[in-house]
Amino acid sequence: MENILAQAKRVAEEAEVFMVSSEETPVQFEANRLKHIQSKQTSSVALRIIRQGRLGYASTTELSDTQSLVYNAVETAQFGMPARFELPSLASYPRIDVFNPHVESVSTEKMIELGEELIAIITNHTPDIVCEALVTKGTISLQIINSRRGQASYRKSIFSLGIEGSLIRDTDMLFVGESQSSCHPLTQPKEIADVVLQQLELAKNRASVSTRQLPVIFTPRGVASALIPSLMAAFNGKTVLEGASPIGNRLGQQVFDQKLWLWDDPTIAYRPNSRPCDDEGIPSQRTPLIEQGTVANFLYDLQTAALAHTKSTGNGSRNHGGPPVPSPTTLVIAPGNTALDEMVNDIKQGLVIEQLMGAGQGNILGGDFSGNVLLGYKVESGKIVGRVKDTMVSGNVYQVLKQIIAIGSEAKWVGGFVNTPPLYCPSLAVASKG
Amino acid sequence: MTNIEATGRQLVEALEGSSADYIEARLEESQRSHITYRGRELESIGQATAIGGNVRALVRGGWGFVSFNNLSDLPGRIELAVKQARLVGNEESKLALVEPVVDIVSSEIDKNPMTMPLAEKKQLLDEYNALIWRTPKLQTSIIAYGDSHKKVIFLNSSGSYIEQERSDITLRLTAVAAEDSEVQQVGLSAGSSGDFGSIHGLHQQVEQMAKHAVELLSAPQVKGGEYTVVLDPILAGVFVHEAFGHLSESDFVYENDHLRQIMVLGKKFGSTELNIVDSATIPGLRGSYRYDDEGVPATKTYLIREGKLVGRLHSRETAAKMGEQPTGNARAINYRYPPIVRMTNTYIEPGSASFEQIIGDIKEGVYAKNWFGGTTSMEMFTFSAGEAYMIRHGKLAEALRPVVLTGNVFNTLNNIDAIGNDLEMNQGGGCGKGAQVPLPVSNGSPHIRIRKCLVGGR
Repeated sequence: MENILAQAKRVAEEAEVFMVSSEETPVQFEANRLKHIQSKQTSSVALRIIRQGRLGYASTTELSDTQSLVYNAVETAQFGMPARFELPSLASYPRIDVFNPHVESVSTEKMIELGEELIAIITNHTPDIVCEALVTKGTISLQIINSRRGQASYRKSIFSLGIEGSLIRDTDMLFVGESQSSCHPLTQPKEIADVVLQQLELAKNRASVSTRQLPVIFTPRGVASALIPSLMAAFNGKTVLEGASPIGNRLGQQVFDQKLWLWDDPTIAYRPNSRPCDDEGIPSQRTPLIEQGTVANFLYDLQTAALAHTKSTGNGSRNHGGPPVPSPTTLVIAPGNTALDEMVNDIKQGLVIEQLMGAGQGNILGGDFSGNVLLGYKVESGKIVGRVKDTMVSGNVYQVLKQIIAIGSEAKWVGGFVNTPPLYCPSLAVASKG
Repeated sequence: MTNIEATGRQLVEALEGSSADYIEARLEESQRSHITYRGRELESIGQATAIGGNVRALVRGGWGFVSFNNLSDLPGRIELAVKQARLVGNEESKLALVEPVVDIVSSEIDKNPMTMPLAEKKQLLDEYNALIWRTPKLQTSIIAYGDSHKKVIFLNSSGSYIEQERSDITLRLTAVAAEDSEVQQVGLSAGSSGDFGSIHGLHQQVEQMAKHAVELLSAPQVKGGEYTVVLDPILAGVFVHEAFGHLSESDFVYENDHLRQIMVLGKKFGSTELNIVDSATIPGLRGSYRYDDEGVPATKTYLIREGKLVGRLHSRETAAKMGEQPTGNARAINYRYPPIVRMTNTYIEPGSASFEQIIGDIKEGVYAKNWFGGTTSMEMFTFSAGEAYMIRHGKLAEALRPVVLTGNVFNTLNNIDAIGNDLEMNQGGGCGKGAQVPLPVSNGSPHIRIRKCLVGGR
């Protein structure tokens, strides 16, 4: 790495070398049986330079061919955006625990056992369900050095356990599932299985709704699939800078319901998206996004922050080996004080939405969402009466979150990077084949 | 000889000497570049090179797979793959028989996009961006251009040794208009299997796209409910991919008795005018290739012929387990992943109706155009249109906000009651399955009309 930095410094004013390597072991079950064991080793190095004031970028997995790497970065710098920021010099980082050595020592045999146990609990409950399960362990090490003597490095462990089941009767298909991930080994398949069993119970009966406006409870998974994509775009500093975020000029203003609090937090110990610093070497911090319904902050990397005349929030992330862009790490919505049962009890006729399919395909920037209820239930006179199908729910995130009846008291992790309680909304457009 | 060629030759003997029932290796060298614009300025430009490989072993029906960037210690990696497979296997290994192939396939397009100067690529993108920005009320634009070239060596324990090169180009342009706190966006996608010329000459479409984004600011949203819907060739292509294509990938079906019963060959899915094809053999399309990632020659496969289910897409394993012929549809997005059953170029064959005939007798309906996205859960699918218009009394009427359509595959295909004569292939998409996204594919169709299609809205 020092060698690449030294070569780059000869041709550029500033340079930054980012190296990441990982080892991952996924154990895969198909049709209720063990099917595939994999082992994946990757390593890559990325070079970012500032040459004649402009940004250049190149990456490679050939760690020995440093000359081509420097050459490629120089070539792109002819056209790159003018760099408006300074790379960070030596900084002190918060201590964020994201490595548990026990992850590495979980044996493949133990991983197989976990998957088998998970499937067994679910097939005992519903014998004709067909499950796919995935048990994965991995470690990542990451290092950054730059020409201003900035340097950072850390190791992270990740363990995840997930299952998806499909239950087919004639041409009727029901999909259920749950997954969790952590920097600790996950050794309790029952917790995950219980979520799936509950879905199976609630979906046993069928119910239908007519095309009309109805109150809706989004479960944590429902919040993540329907509402989070739009919020991620709206709070991205880049969208704001371009004027394409509907809340970009509403900083400090009340846009959402007063009960709503949202923040980005890479500092929670042992969460898969936590880290001591971002991918540019900026120390991690917790960034409030919505406080009591008021827009509090946007998320920035170095360049976007400089262009917006503000400071990086430590959200520079490199996705798929590309250059850093602002991205959320872990999004948290604060729990409220209403139990899910109380919300359901309050509804005369309405829906509980677990998963909305296709919600991320509409005009995300504008906050519009519209999706097919892949897993959702009808509520009648305060009780869940069965699963709905052939039903679409449409709305706009800004209208939905302006007036929330209640926020649930039980927050849950969804997909490892969103932590949210259920949200109870007064009225959404529901279209159905009935 | 390049690095991976030398490694490939070394591996031949090692694979043949393995104790696995079957073992294969894939080695890959690739170069990529990307250029993105956000707003008026070029935002990011970069180049990447990668080298890597994998070994996949089959022992008593169980698979082991090892992928790596580091080409040293290959004997150790082979051993690990076999050890993993042995841990899984507890039945008989089944793979459809395929003749071993020794072949070298160079890139079909003589223009490898990686050899073009970045300045030339940038110039075209500058032209498009300038056009977008000529539109008043435009808030911002996003342009994402990416290209790649890769060389893949495949070899297996049955004696196959195949070198293939392929290139890929994708371009996605988005115009974003805003007024007060309303934000609307319209996108345009293009792509090719390496020919840069095919993304030239989109000037008129780019200009229209930007104007349409501004128009949408004052467009109403459709009222949700059931409509007669007409899809343009691009969106109908996404529809056939989502609504039916994924269901014909037999890795979903082969070990699931219920699905096998539902997807029994001969079952009626649509009218006798409906023919659906997947074919990797059409030259120049993004989903085309000579051999798939198991070394099986590409084929043209009828999925639906005259309304009936007649075929499906296979890997060697799914074909053997279902007692059908392999179709050469096992594909991996790169060396980090094992091949899985995927589509290639999927399309509805043209019928006889003109566009006027299709919309002529619709009293109130929706004309949905252009691609935004799509997804499926097998039975249910949703796909979203980038543009939409009301159809009133047989004529196109006011523009609508983008719409999301949804349906149930088992009745929606049956509800197609008119198929146009104007087949077009769309090269601008990418397909995702599991973690392997975006895989180069193309979709196509003529205009089609669907009765009783559920549209989401206010």
